[in-house]
Amino acid sequence: MITARYHREVPQRYRLEAGKCTKCGYVAFPPRLVCPKCNTKKFKPIVLKDEGKIITYTVIRVGPDKFSKETPYAIGIIELNDKLRLTAQIAGVVDFDKLKIGQKVKLVFRKIQDDGKAGIHMYGYKAVLA
Amino acid sequence: MRDVVVIGAGMTKFGELWGKSIKDIFVEAALKAIEDAGVKQIDSMYVGAMSSGLFVGQEHLGAVMGDYLGVTPIPATHVESACASGGVSFRQAYLEVASGASDIVLAGGVEKMTDGADVTEALATAADQEYEVYQGVTFPGLYAMIAHAHMKEFGTTRKQLAAVAVKNHRNGAKNPNAQFRSEITIDQVLNATMVSDPFGLLDCSPVSDGAAAVIVTTMEIAKKLKKKPIKVIASAQASDTIALHSRPSITTIGSVVNAAKKAYKMAGLKPSDIDLCEVHDCFTIAEIVVSEDLGFFKKGEGGKAAEKGLTAIGGKIPINTSGGLKSKGHPVGATGIAQIIELYEQLNGKAGDRQVKGARIGMAQNMGGSGASCVIHILEGGK
Repeated sequence: MITARYHREVPQRYRLEAGKCTKCGYVAFPPRLVCPKCNTKKFKPIVLKDEGKIITYTVIRVGPDKFSKETPYAIGIIELNDKLRLTAQIAGVVDFDKLKIGQKVKLVFRKIQDDGKAGIHMYGYKAVLA
Repeated sequence: MRDVVVIGAGMTKFGELWGKSIKDIFVEAALKAIEDAGVKQIDSMYVGAMSSGLFVGQEHLGAVMGDYLGVTPIPATHVESACASGGVSFRQAYLEVASGASDIVLAGGVEKMTDGADVTEALATAADQEYEVYQGVTFPGLYAMIAHAHMKEFGTTRKQLAAVAVKNHRNGAKNPNAQFRSEITIDQVLNATMVSDPFGLLDCSPVSDGAAAVIVTTMEIAKKLKKKPIKVIASAQASDTIALHSRPSITTIGSVVNAAKKAYKMAGLKPSDIDLCEVHDCFTIAEIVVSEDLGFFKKGEGGKAAEKGLTAIGGKIPINTSGGLKSKGHPVGATGIAQIIELYEQLNGKAGDRQVKGARIGMAQNMGGSGASCVIHILEGGK
C-alpha cells in the first residue's frame, strides 16, 4: 500500500474522526460527501466514542497471507455507544469459545499490518474486551 | 420493451481446469451456446468476470474474448459486479435485446481462479478495502458473521447450515458439469477443518475455473429458428451498502429483498408461484438467508426449512438443483450465467436425474460481495 493512501486514512484509523450530517444526524465513518439518508451535503466533524459492544463476530482460522503470523484471530462488527458500527479485530482473546454477541468492548490503538517486508507499519483500532 | 427469450446455452465443466486458459474456457462455452441456439451470427456480447486482472493479469476482457471467439468487430463488453458479474452480464444482454438495440446477444461469464493468484485477497476486493479488508476480514469471515448473528437471533444451528451443503452435494452429484460430484454427510460437514467460525471447509463454496454462456433474442427470431423459447419474465437489480457493518440488519440482505420485490412485481408473481430457484449459496448461511429474503420462508425459518428437506428436489421449493455454488463450483463471473443455464435446462425438461417435474417458472438470484449488489431473473418455459 502506498504511503499516500495510508496517510489519507490516518484521521479515522488513529483518532476515529467521523462526520455528522447537520440535517438528519446520520454519522458517517469514514466521512462522506453526501448523506445516504437525506442527501444533504453538509457535515460537521465529530470524534466517535471508543466504547461499545459486539454485534457479531467470527474467528478467522484461514487468513490472508499478511495476517498469517496472528492467525487464528477474532474479528467482529462493533456497535459504539453512539450507535455507529464498524469492523475491528477483537484482540487479546485467550479463549475464543468464550466470545459472545453483546459483550462490551473498548477500541484501542494497535498495529494492524505491515506493508510487505520493507514497508511501513500500519496502525489503527482494535477492540479489546472491556 | 420487446419480449426476450433464451434460445441456447453452453458451459464448460466447472473445476480445476489447469490445462486450459481463460480464453480457452470462455470460447468453449460461447461456441457451445451459439451451436445450441443455431444462430449464424451474434450482434453483441457481454463477458461477466469479477477480477481477471487479479486472477490472471488480464483486463479488457470484452475485447479479448470477442477477438478469440472470432466475432470482431461486434461490440464486446466486460461487466463487473463482483460475484454478481454473470447475472449482470445476462441483464445487460436482456436490456439490449428488449430495447431493440440488438436482436441476438451472447451473455457470458468466466473466471480462472487456479492460475496462482492469492484467491482470498482477490475475492476480498469485493468488500470495503479500507474499512473491512484492512482490519483482516475475509469473505468466509463476513458470511460467518452473518451466520453467528442468525444463530443468535433465530436459533439457527450448525446442523441446519450443514443440511444446505449436504442437499447441494446430493444435487450436484447428478450434474455432469459440477466440480464435486460426491455426496457428503452432516457429520462430514460438522467435522471438517474450521475456516471461519462457525464455518468448516464444507460450508464454503470452492475455488473454481469455468465459463458459461447463453444466447438471448426476440420471440420472433426464436419462432423462426423453431426453438422452444424460454422467456425472461423479470429482470431486476438492486444495491446496498458496500460494508456489512453499515446495514441496519446483519441477518437480512437488503439488496435481495429489494431486487425480489421488483422481480415479483415485473412478473406479476408471488413466491409460491416459483417452481425452482437457483440461489447464491457462496456459504451455507447465504442460502438460508436468501431463501427467507426471497419470501419462500418466514424470516428466521430458513435453517429449519433446509433441515426438513423443504428445499430439496420434490420439496416445497427446490433450491439449487444444479448443486449450487457449493457443489457445482463457483468460478465467480460464470456463476450468474450457470444459474440461468440450470433454469434453461429445467424449463426445457432436460435436467436428467435432477429434473423438477412439471417445472414451468424458475428464478435465479445472484449477488455480489456480502450482498452489496443483487440481480434476480425469472424465466418461464412454454406451456
